[in-house]
Amino acid sequence: MPSSDLHLDTLPKLLIHNAATIGGRPAIRHKNLGIWQTWTWEEMLEEIRAFSLGIAELGLKRGDHFAIIGSNRPRLYWAICAGQALGAVPVPIYADAVAEEMAFVLAHAEVKLAVVEDQEQVDKIIALSDRLPQLGRVIYDEPRGLKDYDHSRLIAFEDVQRLGRKKLANDPACLRQWEAEVAKGQGSDIAIILYTSGTTGRSKGVMLTYRNAIISARNANTFDRLGADEEVIAYLPMAWIGDHIFSYVQSYAAGYCVSCPETPDTVLEDRREIGTTYAFAPPRVYENLLTLTMVRMADAGALKRRMFDYFIAFARRWGEKILNGEKVPLTARLMYRLGDLLVYGPLKNRFGLSRIRVAYTAGEAIGPEIFRFYRSLGINLKQLYGQTEASVYVTAQPDGEIDAETVGKASPDVEIKIADSGEVLFRSPGVFAGYYKDPEKTAEVRTPDGWVHTGDAGFFDPKTGHLKIIDRAKDVGRLRDGTLFAPKYLENKLKFYPNIREAVALGAGRDFVCVMLNIDLTAVSSWAERNNVVYGSYQELAGHPLVYDMIAEHVDEVNRSLAEEEVMAGAQIRRFLILHKELDADDGELTRTQKIRRGFIGERYGPLVDALYGGATSAQISTHVTFEDGHQGTISARVAIRDMRPYPARAAKLERAA
Amino acid sequence: MRAPSSAEVKVGEPLLSVEAVSLTFGGVRALTGVSFDIHKGEIRAIIGPNGAGKTSMLNVINGFYRPQAGRITFKGEERRTMRPFAAARGGIARTFQNLALFRGMTTLDNIMAGRALKMHRNFFWQLIRYGPALQEEVEHRHRVEEIIDFLEIAALRRIPVGRLPYGLQKRVELGRALAMEPDLLLLDEPMAGMNLEEKEDMSRFILDVNQQYGTTIALIEHDMGVVMDLSDRVVVLEYGRKIADATPEEVKRDKNVIRAYLGEPHGVSV
Repeated sequence: MPSSDLHLDTLPKLLIHNAATIGGRPAIRHKNLGIWQTWTWEEMLEEIRAFSLGIAELGLKRGDHFAIIGSNRPRLYWAICAGQALGAVPVPIYADAVAEEMAFVLAHAEVKLAVVEDQEQVDKIIALSDRLPQLGRVIYDEPRGLKDYDHSRLIAFEDVQRLGRKKLANDPACLRQWEAEVAKGQGSDIAIILYTSGTTGRSKGVMLTYRNAIISARNANTFDRLGADEEVIAYLPMAWIGDHIFSYVQSYAAGYCVSCPETPDTVLEDRREIGTTYAFAPPRVYENLLTLTMVRMADAGALKRRMFDYFIAFARRWGEKILNGEKVPLTARLMYRLGDLLVYGPLKNRFGLSRIRVAYTAGEAIGPEIFRFYRSLGINLKQLYGQTEASVYVTAQPDGEIDAETVGKASPDVEIKIADSGEVLFRSPGVFAGYYKDPEKTAEVRTPDGWVHTGDAGFFDPKTGHLKIIDRAKDVGRLRDGTLFAPKYLENKLKFYPNIREAVALGAGRDFVCVMLNIDLTAVSSWAERNNVVYGSYQELAGHPLVYDMIAEHVDEVNRSLAEEEVMAGAQIRRFLILHKELDADDGELTRTQKIRRGFIGERYGPLVDALYGGATSAQISTHVTFEDGHQGTISARVAIRDMRPYPARAAKLERAA
Repeated sequence: MRAPSSAEVKVGEPLLSVEAVSLTFGGVRALTGVSFDIHKGEIRAIIGPNGAGKTSMLNVINGFYRPQAGRITFKGEERRTMRPFAAARGGIARTFQNLALFRGMTTLDNIMAGRALKMHRNFFWQLIRYGPALQEEVEHRHRVEEIIDFLEIAALRRIPVGRLPYGLQKRVELGRALAMEPDLLLLDEPMAGMNLEEKEDMSRFILDVNQQYGTTIALIEHDMGVVMDLSDRVVVLEYGRKIADATPEEVKRDKNVIRAYLGEPHGVSV
């Protein structure tokens, strides 16, 4: 197992070290033509070195910036390390970014060279090329469809490696030079610039040093006792800090193998084949998995459905206690065993989580119900709280100290304090080096003595000693009568229902709370099929009166549960509507990590907001939309509004009295 | 979207030529003296109003119908009569206007079925699936996996095609035709019933098949936009007769074609 020697202070150094110490062990896998292809650390070093020498030939040198655009593929990960070996700084960009966003990042980061996945990305870059004078060669991984393109700037990944290998064959001394170049790298060098898709405004380039990334990764590996035997699957955007630390830095630090899925659509099956032991996913992934399961179960035969319902209910009662090692009666344990045999085991196998040791959810708050569902099946799902500016880890839940509503204790080497405003601040070795070309913004977020403002409001739970995040600090508001209004809290409660994909809660400074919803097409279309609801489009389904009835029941249940909580009882939902289109990152309504941009949505759907508070029963709206190829269009619709009756807050008090 | 190809019309030797073909069903004349050729490596479109004889023409080419008169030359050999399986063996593959897939079988099995003609071990060997038969199957599977990758349907590998949406079923059908490694691929309305996005995807696949595998393609299509963008040359049929045969630009300006599609200028006011 690789040591945590201090001299291994950059990723290329770790790579060379791993190739020397555990060279024969698998380092990365990719499923190609239906078969898993594996590269050992030794083989991976050779591939990376060849590419590194190749891009050096193309003129990339220390201090240059280069872009990585595409889905998780070994070659793109290699490109990151290959550039770092030369002292160049990789800038991964979200592959689904529309051309406009991509242009901003490529220009702002002064990218000299781009390594991209396929034709789609090449097309985007070609479309932007006259606005990017500093951008030189574009290297592509997948040659398909690019045969007839002008190859004066384009070059295939293999050809770059060929350049490198030729150079190595002709001039054996260049191996020493390359290694010397790697040795020049230091922990304090900038390792990577990650552009955050912030919930407001233009994205900012977060610069992380090797030390930031490597110390955070080592701490995380120690915290969860991760070694060279872990199996993980890399499927989250490479431009996201979570994937970067988890699928790249932690893998190099621990020596574990990372598997790249065949295509983004096959992740579920690929995960099952690999049998991941360590997983990291935003709540959305767990939500989707649960939705898919519920939909499939609804279509299953009566016997299977009853068995599923019975054992899931049983697991809800006992599963978490068993997982936490609490005292549980023998009969419950035996019954749980039976459930494992009949339901939980097969279900975990479906999810590809049979061998899971540690699974994290991060990036956003997860609905407590969803969280408990997975834990009740015996999956060690934990929460962590992190930020790009912290190289991920701020807090994490230690094994056995799990709570659905907290994000855990400070991670190793991290200090946390809560400002008077309720905002959470942290200080750690992972604290970023600054925003690229934006010292003012850096100074705004990071104090001179190293504390970073997270922008999230939270407090330490007196019972568990864990940090609890309520919402974005600037989003927590109050209704006009002073009642606390935490929009995300409401939204998460709604989103637990498989039929609701997205929710936007409004209420700050208003008299009451209203929500705008997106239905989940997978779940609701299956519901529609079973209930003989005929529809021709998403818009028609979303506006269907029966769909409104069904969603109204969900909203009613949320209100009932809110009524049981003293502080939230006043923030029950009075009116709601179902949006006529899906909120989309291409329209700026969601961030690239699929968080809603509440302020922007409020402005964009102004007429709907006015109607919600103006008492109208429906409203006309037309919105501009951007299609995936960049074309613009308009969608207009008449959206109905439903009134809801709030529950009296006394319901809870009665219960307590009883 | 793509760099324009250097030559507007790809010059190759004729792969297939049809000369003065006539086909009648009882008293109905489906085709009357139609002649045209398909050059190696080109995308050839056959268009025309409803009932113009487009599908009949495809059926003649792949041997499903026997014309009463005329000659068909394929790969330099003249043929009089041909059974569909002989056409398939000869290198002609096709997809159908109304899908013809094995609905209960998975995507993978459907495409594997396209390899049937290329399997040489006999039934017995395949049944025990051992030795040379196994090796053969592995080789075929490799080809099929390439096609799955090419058509981006890896996620559908294990799903019975009956459960897939229509647009994807069309793609699987294309995959099965490609599995035959045809010299000539006949596509009967590959975009029928598709939405814009599916049409764009299908167009890209057709162009990629033509470009990457060098497969000659003859297609029937109603969507004029698609035809004009995809094809190198267009044959226009009306009432079983050929009324035009030229590049898409020329066809678009052709008076006869405009009349066939829009009707006579007199009589009806537009």
